[in-house]
Amino acid sequence: MATQLLLGDEALAQGAIDAGLSAAYAYPGTPSTEITEHILRSPEVRAGEVVCRWATNEKTALEAALGASYAGKRAMASMKHVGLNVAADPFVNAAISGAHGGLLVNVADDPSMHSSQNEQDSRLYADLALVPCFEPSDQQEAYAVPALAFDLSETYRIPVLIRLTTRLAHSRATVDVGGRRPQNPLSRPDQPERFILLPAIAKRSYERLVSLQPDFIRESEASSLNRLSKDGDRALGIVACGIAHNYLLEVTNGTPGHPVLKVGQYPLPVRDVEWLVEHCGRILVLEEGYPYVEAKLRGLPPRSAPAIHGRLTGDVPRTGELSPDAVAMAIGLGALARRATSSVPAPRPPALCPGCPHADTCKALAEVLASRRDSARVFSDIGCYTLGALPPHGVINTCVEMGASITMAHGASEAGLRPAVALIGDSTFAHSGMTGLLDCVNAKADVTVIIVDNLTVAMTGGQRSAAENRLVSICRGLGVDEAHIRVVEPHPRNHKENVAVLDEEIRYAGTSVIIAQRECIQTAKRSARRGTQGSQE
Amino acid sequence: MKRDIILAGVGGQGLLALAAVLGQAARELGLHLKQAEVHGMAQRGGVVQSHVRFSDRPVHSDLVREGTADLVLSLEPMEALRYLPYLKPDGALVSDTRPVRNIPEYPNIDRILAELRTISPHRLVDATALADRAGSPQASNLVVLGAGFPFLGLPMEVLEDGIRAVFAGRADSVIASNLRGFALGVEWAQAAS
Ligand code: SF4
Repeated sequence: MATQLLLGDEALAQGAIDAGLSAAYAYPGTPSTEITEHILRSPEVRAGEVVCRWATNEKTALEAALGASYAGKRAMASMKHVGLNVAADPFVNAAISGAHGGLLVNVADDPSMHSSQNEQDSRLYADLALVPCFEPSDQQEAYAVPALAFDLSETYRIPVLIRLTTRLAHSRATVDVGGRRPQNPLSRPDQPERFILLPAIAKRSYERLVSLQPDFIRESEASSLNRLSKDGDRALGIVACGIAHNYLLEVTNGTPGHPVLKVGQYPLPVRDVEWLVEHCGRILVLEEGYPYVEAKLRGLPPRSAPAIHGRLTGDVPRTGELSPDAVAMAIGLGALARRATSSVPAPRPPALCPGCPHADTCKALAEVLASRRDSARVFSDIGCYTLGALPPHGVINTCVEMGASITMAHGASEAGLRPAVALIGDSTFAHSGMTGLLDCVNAKADVTVIIVDNLTVAMTGGQRSAAENRLVSICRGLGVDEAHIRVVEPHPRNHKENVAVLDEEIRYAGTSVIIAQRECIQTAKRSARRGTQGSQE
Repeated sequence: MKRDIILAGVGGQGLLALAAVLGQAARELGLHLKQAEVHGMAQRGGVVQSHVRFSDRPVHSDLVREGTADLVLSLEPMEALRYLPYLKPDGALVSDTRPVRNIPEYPNIDRILAELRTISPHRLVDATALADRAGSPQASNLVVLGAGFPFLGLPMEVLEDGIRAVFAGRADSVIASNLRGFALGVEWAQAAS
């Protein structure tokens, strides 16, 4: 046993390596990125013993992991919560085909939307796919969970979801690590036809999955991550899920004084919930994200006794992440005396780095659109350039989800809203922009696509972009007219030229692509620093 | 022994390095530790904040409760003001006095400093000036950490080791300059108290 100082993300990653992981695939996204970065830095990857790669998107990542599982290896895919929307198809269907080698889907939710466009709760996806879900409460549990989850996955031949939330994902603690399981050998799946989801086979597989549900509940009841303490005043019983359990211990100095069911593995341990409901006057549910457990306990219509309290009743704020203060209020401890919030500080939103190439693109775009302000719309996407929405730029009109720039511009243009400009990054284009561009080409849509190519996945810290240096040939291959694929360098010295190119292509009544290519200055600085120090990696 | 600390600053100021130094030091002493930070977008210039908690007893929550922090240590005065609700009634405030004016309407700096001076104890240090004078302009973040030394509850050598560990792999001159910045802050704090 040794101790290491690890983020929740890193503890999960190390736990997976120590549990015999063979393959890890991921698409970067806050707050999940550090899971994969930890594995990439590991001696196992450097020695070629573990495969770890950034995939083009979350769907390809999960499918690659499923393939490795099919081959008998322990594999996992990691992503942020909205990434699971992209990977929902393989996730739900891998539950039907089943896994062979242990298969984990690690998802980091972002309640309070520190760096996301929504606060969806991945536990509902586990419900949808009818598979178990783990929710570690601290870094030590995050380290322990992958081994338990691989076991469960291999015992029942199903994928298993592991849910983290921002605070655990991005908080460090000392973790006891040690012990190493060997990896699985290559092997063929039992009943290999179960991976052919023709209706006749899928129906059988689905029946099997449904029939396993009571087993999953029994596993939860026996799980070391679910603990019922019956001590204390039974006027109130508390269900504390994941990290909420720490907040509860924090505000009560380690002794809540009421019966507590700590939940770290789903489906809910029914036996323990029953005990709580039978013996407590009132139930309070503390959980990060949606009122998922609370809604299950309340039922429709709500049971009369005991009353179930939580986010739905306003005892806990309906939206946003939990905090120790919110938990203290919910259990009736009240807030501590605190200084009033000063009215002096102004908000300080993030901004593009000084010298960022996106700023030059935004500036050129603003100039070209100035005379067309009434009709022109810029459909943008997820990346640093989304900050083009804020002053001083103010050039983009939309940002909805990965890929919804080219496709929305397509629809808007065909509806008659022109000029329709799409603004998308190189990595997002590879993730889910290419198919939309093909739609535009097929429809001969009047859309001007600007791919802001900073040669990296900048927003998550500079991972390698999947289409690096191949954007021109990809666009050509998708059928964009060669004459309307333009490459420019967004830089103050090229401003006039770039404005002219943009203007020409916006005038062109077909699908055109402008690739605005200059490296992110953060990654450029980093590689310069490495260069001068002569170190590798 | 227990310390709950809020670190605050602006992206690019080197705040997370301070969090790492404290974490490293607490770990070396075998203390229980939790250190939460908001990473988020890589862009520079937004708000950055970290909760650092260490104790000889188990630390449950990753987040500090409002009204309980022993120390708010900030690399920027307006950011210091933003996090004062976390401070306990007799908690200490340590902040750099130099504003980062990367927003259109930065409030009146005199008002900010006046409000910060109502906290007792407080230490307001022009860390940039000190770091510049010592020829370590990049180390102003460590000057502020040094200025907070009397409130950290950690031995000097352990913090210095923490600095060496966090900057291990960087040029020797970088490590030396950070150690110098820290020492300057400590000296300043002794003179100020
Ligand atoms: S990280 Fe790179 S792409 Fe993002 S704002 Fe900074 S320079 Fe621009």
